[in-house]
Amino acid sequence: MSRKNVKVPLLGSCNMMESCNCIEPQWPADELLMKYQYISDFFIALAYFSIPLELIYFVKKSAVFPYRWVLVQFGAFIVLCGATHLINLWTFTMHTKTVAVVMTVSKVLTAAVSCATALMLVHIIPDLLSVKTRELFLKNKAAELDREMGLIRTQEETGRHVRMLTHEIRSTLDRHTILKTTLVELGRTLALEECALWMPTRTGLELQLSHTLRHQNPVGHSVPIQLPVINQVFSSNHAVKISPNCPVARVRPLTGKYIPGEVVAVRVPLLHLSNFQINDWPELSTKRYALMVLMLPSDSARQWHVYEMELVEVVADQVAVALSHAAILEESMRARDLLMEQNVALDLARREAEMAIRARNDFLAVMNHEMRTPMHAIIALSSLLQETELTSEQRLMVETILKSSNLLATLINDVLDLSRLEDGSLELDSGTFNLHAVFREVLNLIKPIASVKKLSMVLNLTPDLPEYAVGDEQRLMQIILNVVGNAVKFSKEGSISVTASIAKAESLRDARSPEFFPVPSDAHFYLRVQVKDTGTGINPQDIPKIFNKFAHTQAAKNQGGTGLGLAICKRFVSLMEGHVWLESEGVGKGCTAIFIVKLGSKDHTNDHEHQNLLPAPTSYVRTDFSGLKVLVIDDNGVNRIVTKGLLVRMGCDVMVVSSGQECLELMSSGGQKFKVLLLDLSMPGMDGYDVARHIQDRFPTRHDRPLIVALTGNTDRATRDRCYRVGMDGVIPKPVSLDRMRSALSELLEFGNLRGSQ
Amino acid sequence: MEVIQLQRRHIEHINSLFQEGYLDDQFTQLQQLQDEVNPDFVVEVVSLFFQDSEKLLTDLGRTLEAQPVDFKRVDACVHQLKGSSSSIGAQRVKNVCIPFRVSCEEKNRDGCLRCLRQVEQEFVFIKNKLETLFRVSNISRLSKASRV
Repeated sequence: MSRKNVKVPLLGSCNMMESCNCIEPQWPADELLMKYQYISDFFIALAYFSIPLELIYFVKKSAVFPYRWVLVQFGAFIVLCGATHLINLWTFTMHTKTVAVVMTVSKVLTAAVSCATALMLVHIIPDLLSVKTRELFLKNKAAELDREMGLIRTQEETGRHVRMLTHEIRSTLDRHTILKTTLVELGRTLALEECALWMPTRTGLELQLSHTLRHQNPVGHSVPIQLPVINQVFSSNHAVKISPNCPVARVRPLTGKYIPGEVVAVRVPLLHLSNFQINDWPELSTKRYALMVLMLPSDSARQWHVYEMELVEVVADQVAVALSHAAILEESMRARDLLMEQNVALDLARREAEMAIRARNDFLAVMNHEMRTPMHAIIALSSLLQETELTSEQRLMVETILKSSNLLATLINDVLDLSRLEDGSLELDSGTFNLHAVFREVLNLIKPIASVKKLSMVLNLTPDLPEYAVGDEQRLMQIILNVVGNAVKFSKEGSISVTASIAKAESLRDARSPEFFPVPSDAHFYLRVQVKDTGTGINPQDIPKIFNKFAHTQAAKNQGGTGLGLAICKRFVSLMEGHVWLESEGVGKGCTAIFIVKLGSKDHTNDHEHQNLLPAPTSYVRTDFSGLKVLVIDDNGVNRIVTKGLLVRMGCDVMVVSSGQECLELMSSGGQKFKVLLLDLSMPGMDGYDVARHIQDRFPTRHDRPLIVALTGNTDRATRDRCYRVGMDGVIPKPVSLDRMRSALSELLEFGNLRGSQ
Repeated sequence: MEVIQLQRRHIEHINSLFQEGYLDDQFTQLQQLQDEVNPDFVVEVVSLFFQDSEKLLTDLGRTLEAQPVDFKRVDACVHQLKGSSSSIGAQRVKNVCIPFRVSCEEKNRDGCLRCLRQVEQEFVFIKNKLETLFRVSNISRLSKASRV
């Protein structure tokens, strides 16, 4: 507030003074007012000076203050105001011009600054206001984020719960524990009021309550499986909200006044073990589900959150997996137990069988011994008897006794054989024998018995039957004897015909025995023996049983006998890679027994061995080639003499020529017919190959041609092949020794060539 | 007495020839072919061998001297020589013929000449030895015959 210099007219004082030098201040009546003004000005100035100081102080303290400029301006404004007021203090009294000037200056400045400040504030204040709004906004945002954080934390908690739950579920393989743990943990995690599990029954038509959380003894509640709500849940693999009023959710009696909490149901796939296939994934094949129902506490405002439902789905899957593991384990344990039982049973059976076999073997061994001893006595004494003086009648009798006892001894051996056959320890002997003689022998043995029964015996050996064969003579005879013996035994009258032939390929394939695929070869042939009788015959139905041990037809029982014969027969025949069977048209219509066995051919095997020996065995080597006409062709004089000397030593009739030309001339002159030509391969002019070719041309038929043998120092394969290709019959390496020449010539003469030994 | 000594010397001679590899089994074969019917078989064969071989060696010398060298002919001669010597059982001569043939195939004149020298050496050596042998055996035979 500006003060004017007020000159107050003074009463009684000099009033004409414009510039009064009166020093004495004059305090008029409004002196009080002036005093207050003075004091106020003073305080205002003070305040004005202190405000900027405070501002500066606090701004310095705070770190951030964007509006420094404004502050400076404001500070200046205030300082100047303060200054003005301060200077005003001096204007209360008379003052000099300087003071007035200072006063004016300060006022002017103040005016300027305050106007500037005012203008500035127009810009600044909206900004400041907006800062405030932004601050508010951020605060809100922060609050929201806090809320969300809270939510996430809860979810994470839940996730942890799920993991823990899963761990609990999977840590056990016991079905009941799994289910119970699931329900408990779920109940705890989600703070459920009730949690129930419905399992399908065996029939698959109903769901039965199997586990609940709170109610310890679920009373066998069951609901039909075809309810729409259940179908809805089963058709989706998500957790589905269902009405609390549906039958599955009504686990315990409703208590009327309460609003039931929301209910969620989810399906739990079950592994159906009877469908369990390794290559078939259970998801596809299983159609069985269990139902898990979860209820939130009633009267709470809680709702099922998405994440909670997801949790439920996850748990349901885990439970399914855990249950399937438990089921597999159960199954495998059961299978293992079963196997163990079977093992034990098998072991027992094996031991029993072994004991039985041992017992039988012991028995057989003992019996054999007991039986053989008297047999030996009979045979030995009969033989001795034969040596003594006997009448012809007596002799005949003794021979028959001997033959019969030999037969009996054979039969005893049979029994032992059979047991050995069954063990697989029997091996056939192999030797060359007279096939025809075997048949004759058998017939001789049987003839007495047959003649007693007035049966006629006919033996027919086909012409293609070889005289000799290779095989087990003894056992073959046993087989024939057995078969013929049976024929005789079961015939009361009529005739027995025995036909032996070589089995042809067509007849080898017998429809009755599809496993029998004989393959004839050069070294073997198949002997076919057919024994036809006119006896009692056999019922075709009984035929398969005939070959079993101890099996008897009715007729056979009447005849007696061990019943072992045919069984042994069959075994021997099998060992000989053959087959035996019976044909009969029926009872009373006779019977035909046929067997085929494999025997080795005598001649071929010998030839075969013969060929494989190299060089030709010495037993076949001729030592005397006397008269053998040989022509030697060699251009080397020394070689000629040496070769000639060798051949002469061996007794040949030798001629030598020194070139192919001479040879050909000699041969075509016709005077000499040479059996063997020995020629050197490397001759000047016409070499050995040319000579050979010429000879081939001149003597196209093998019969006229001499045998051509090359003598060469070069014995590699190529040379040999070339020689044979050209048509030569042999190659002998030079230098040739006497022995070598001898063996080569004998091989040459025997086989017509030397290929066998090369 | 002398005869026995001679015979012993004869045997020793032959054995040494065998041991030193100058003769091989083929010579034994020849000896086996000799009997009362053919008493001079070995001598005949060996003499023929000497004759033929000398001719061959001269021929070889001449062919190798000529310019250009006809290696085919050289090869043919060496082949003959090899054949004869192996029929006789003159092992060392035969063995030298093998590198000789190789040199022929390579058309190596110097190699051939070298081999020729070797063959000639071996040939001369075996000829001397065998001639001595025959003289000894001749004497022993004659003395044997005379004793009868």
